Amino acid sequence: MTFAESGSGGIGTLLLWVVVVLPAVMGAGLSLSGRWGDRLAPVVAVLTAVVTLCAAIAVAILRPETAIPFLPGAAFGLGVDALSAVVVPMVAAVTLLVLVFAAADIRDRPARFHGLMLLFAAAVAITATATTLPALLFSWEIMGATSYALIGYTWREQDRVAAGTTAFVTTRTADLGLYLAAGAALAGGSGLALADLPTASGPWRDVIAAGVLVAGLGKAAQLPFSFWLSRAMQGPSPVSALLHSAAMVAMGGYLLLRVQPLLASTGWAAQAAAWVGALTALLLGAVATAQRDLKQLLAASTSAQLGFVVLGAGVASVSGGVAHLVAHAATKALLFLAAGAWLSALGTKQLSALQGAARRWPVVGVTTSVAALSLAGVAPLSMWATKDEVLAAAKDSSTGLYVVGLAAAALSAAYAGKVLWLVWRQTPADADTAYDTEEQGTRQVGFLQQAPLVVLAVGAAVLGVLTWPPVGAALRRALGESGSAGPGAAELVVSAAIAVLVVLGVRRWRLPEPRWAARWLGLGAATELLVVRPVLSLAHVLARFDDRVLDRAVDATGRGALRVARVAGRFDVGGIDAVAEGVASQTRRLGSVARRTQTGQVHEYYVQAAVVLAAALVLLLVVR
Amino acid sequence: MLSVVVFLPLAAAAVLAVARRLPDQGARWSWLLITVADLALVVAVAVRYRTPEDTAAGGGGLAFEERLRWIPSVNSSYHLGVDGLSLPLLGLTAVVFCACAVHALREERRPRAQAALFLFLQSVCLGTFVAQDLILFFVFFDLSIVGMYFAIAGWGHGNAGRSAMKFFLYTFLGSLALLVGFIGLFLAADPHTFDIPELAAAMPLADSPIVGGLVLAAVLVGLAVKTPTVPFHTWLPPAHTDASAIGSAVLAAILLKLGTYGFVRIAMPLLPQAWQAWSWVIIAVGVVSVLYGALVALAQTNVKRMIAYTSVNHMGYVVLAVGAAGLVGSGEQARELAVTGAVTQMVSHGLITAALFLLAGVLQDRSGTYEMGEYGGLAKPAPRFAGLFAVAAFASLGLPAFSGFIAEFQVFTGSIGATWVAALALPGILITAALFLRAIQRLLTGPTVGRSIGFTDVRVHEALPIGGLLVLSLLIGVVPGPLLDLITPGSQAVVGLVSR
Repeated sequence: MTFAESGSGGIGTLLLWVVVVLPAVMGAGLSLSGRWGDRLAPVVAVLTAVVTLCAAIAVAILRPETAIPFLPGAAFGLGVDALSAVVVPMVAAVTLLVLVFAAADIRDRPARFHGLMLLFAAAVAITATATTLPALLFSWEIMGATSYALIGYTWREQDRVAAGTTAFVTTRTADLGLYLAAGAALAGGSGLALADLPTASGPWRDVIAAGVLVAGLGKAAQLPFSFWLSRAMQGPSPVSALLHSAAMVAMGGYLLLRVQPLLASTGWAAQAAAWVGALTALLLGAVATAQRDLKQLLAASTSAQLGFVVLGAGVASVSGGVAHLVAHAATKALLFLAAGAWLSALGTKQLSALQGAARRWPVVGVTTSVAALSLAGVAPLSMWATKDEVLAAAKDSSTGLYVVGLAAAALSAAYAGKVLWLVWRQTPADADTAYDTEEQGTRQVGFLQQAPLVVLAVGAAVLGVLTWPPVGAALRRALGESGSAGPGAAELVVSAAIAVLVVLGVRRWRLPEPRWAARWLGLGAATELLVVRPVLSLAHVLARFDDRVLDRAVDATGRGALRVARVAGRFDVGGIDAVAEGVASQTRRLGSVARRTQTGQVHEYYVQAAVVLAAALVLLLVVR
Repeated sequence: MLSVVVFLPLAAAAVLAVARRLPDQGARWSWLLITVADLALVVAVAVRYRTPEDTAAGGGGLAFEERLRWIPSVNSSYHLGVDGLSLPLLGLTAVVFCACAVHALREERRPRAQAALFLFLQSVCLGTFVAQDLILFFVFFDLSIVGMYFAIAGWGHGNAGRSAMKFFLYTFLGSLALLVGFIGLFLAADPHTFDIPELAAAMPLADSPIVGGLVLAAVLVGLAVKTPTVPFHTWLPPAHTDASAIGSAVLAAILLKLGTYGFVRIAMPLLPQAWQAWSWVIIAVGVVSVLYGALVALAQTNVKRMIAYTSVNHMGYVVLAVGAAGLVGSGEQARELAVTGAVTQMVSHGLITAALFLLAGVLQDRSGTYEMGEYGGLAKPAPRFAGLFAVAAFASLGLPAFSGFIAEFQVFTGSIGATWVAALALPGILITAALFLRAIQRLLTGPTVGRSIGFTDVRVHEALPIGGLLVLSLLIGVVPGPLLDLITPGSQAVVGLVSR
């Protein structure tokens, strides 16, 4: 993957900055505008998204590259190459469609909502076009922060905010890998440009690969990080449609596609990525089949489908991976928006309550069906073709991966079929009792909510063109994968058959819902038990240590010093001063002794005089 | 010019102290005026500043130098000068004191005395950052302790007297250890001198590792108590909890930096061999401070105490970075990046933590308590407060687009680039994120209960300084170029000096 030399220069660079800076500025403005921005917010946001989309398409054609000085020795680099040329317009398009939907859907303080969505869009644009680690980490973290604010959007309900906290802290744990990779890149002498990372020396290259891999897996909600995505479903539906299908979670997969040369150069990293991706696709597919809440099912499905993208990065099929990413974005965004439409109309997202919902609003129903069939992998819809591209490369790498991938594909057909048949079933007579459990439904789905669904349905249907000649071949050439062949005819037929059979089978037989799968493999509980509680206990132990041991030791030295002072004071009064006082009292006693000779009796004076004379005589005789 | 910058607030303080008839409003506004004037002078210095050429000894030179005879018998002169390391801290001091002056425009308790005290404190803090003589540095260093004692004892609350006493005795004891170290340097130098550039060029203890180690230990203990690092930090939480809003802001933003500034100004250039020999100890202290500070902060229920412990954590990054800079076996680029990150962290932490403490002061002012459990759902009655607190919390946990990210990224990239052991400190940013998000959740979100009911939102004199500090942090975070261009030559000089 190389960047175009000079060429477009000025206008391309300008448009690239527009894609990145315009949503950021408008988003910041809207977020801070307070109440008076609420009226204009949807219009402003949609217009900004339109301009950004046009600029995104332009830069995808012009392929500019630019860098500005940021930190010493580490520039803030942005650039569009073949990989980002596919992703950037996709993200811009989905952002526009979701904002159109949200214009009708979000009623509570839309200025803040649209502002945060635009800020998020800007962060994603930087992530997709970053060419250096500082730029990547910059936008990566901002994505996480805006995602927190959007998941916990209804801040009056504390468990939604707690869900946002879980999502942020979990992804930040994985992001530590990027900090580690930056330090290792400097130590290994490769510099902080993403394309240069494979040139780092010896063990440092492995550290970089490990760091970037963990960061990508965390953001993409792969095992073992998947549970944060489950909790993130507490956010509003447009948030799930943008963040958890097309943009933020997808950026985790995109990162691994971007650094695929680095993963391949270490050997073990590519293998690890491939297997983690395949296993996530399989296990999270099982989790999805066991879910009873539509959004939870879609969340598990997102994690599973991104497993295919990660698998693509691991087996060096970047074209397959990015095509699957794009197709999945359109499909999943549609499904989340439909779930949001039904939630606001019927007040519930439980699958059992949504029986027959497709019949009530035909546009929503038909578009949902297209997306569900695409998700299932039914030919000739987009996700069938893209999934097969990835599986073909997996087959070339290892048969085990191919088998696991096929099983995962079968599972995606299973849960997609489950949704499909449930929403088309005849509405039961007592359906009303199951409505309005989560919010008061409006029983309406407006035009602004339906229009984006249609556009996304078209995308879900035709985006498979990214894998077929001539577009597919051109993409593969641009990504430097001319050598690999696409899936063979036999494989295509097999996967199409599996999909159709499983979808039809689901209609007939009920899917099992094991507890371990319904509880998302117990990952959340395990993390709570093995990570969160020990850290909190350690924090409390250290706080008690700080108060009772360290602080008391300091206070004890203070008290000890006072005690020493009192002892010294007593010694001073009782010891040294006593000596001085003693000298004085002895002298006084001597004086009183001397006074005893003054009796007033003359004969005693004569005796004293005689004694003194005699003593003087003796002294004279002795000395002489 | 530097003398004017340093002593202008002191002169104003003297005038305010004797002007008994001055009305309170006049005292407040003249305080603000002087701080703004001083800020303008510092900006003028910054604008006219040009990176000085290296002196003959190979270290960085000084700009705006002033030198006068002071105590010739011990070869101690009145020597002032700035370079790339002290100028950002000078700017930080001027900005934070100006913000405090704005905040104090509604201060009811003895405003004239407070204005005089804080102007005095401003002078001694500015003086410490420009002093180029060890005795002069020590005088300013100790006077800052005196000033802060009165600020805590006179305008604090709770157990203010006791906390102030503990703060004073502990840090004063540390400064005595510092003095022992300075005297050691003086005696080892030939000719005996207290002048910092001369001592840096002479490297008095280059040939005596044992004595050098002892002198470095004395200096480090003194600075470690001020920074503060674990285990000398226990004076910090009570001092912060019981000080007033602007007292805490100045304590965290400026006084802690006197300690870390001492590392790069005195310990590293004057005792390079001893520093290299003991860098692993310093790195260990840094890593422990980072993790211990973050974990203990996580366990706190008192929001001001929590922010105090995050200061221990943030200063730990600085100690880690300067410790890693002493590993001469590693690449020079990594070590320079680490020192640049350390100085950036000093500035960044000053701005953000001052904002956080001013925000905590709002809680004290409205309800008299910092306990997070007493509040809930503050975003409804006080949306501006909630917004400012959320922004400050995210800035403090190192979110990009704010200065904290610039600092922490450089610290980690440089330190990990020098030694992989620095990676052990990475969980620090994770735990800090968790604790700030928990604080946001407990204070701001959920139903409005307890003391949040009837909570008045931030007023102009509170929002203006907090917003201003955060905007500065945002500017540094988005356009770090100018600040980093200032710091980088200074950090290159320090790394060059410590590698001898």
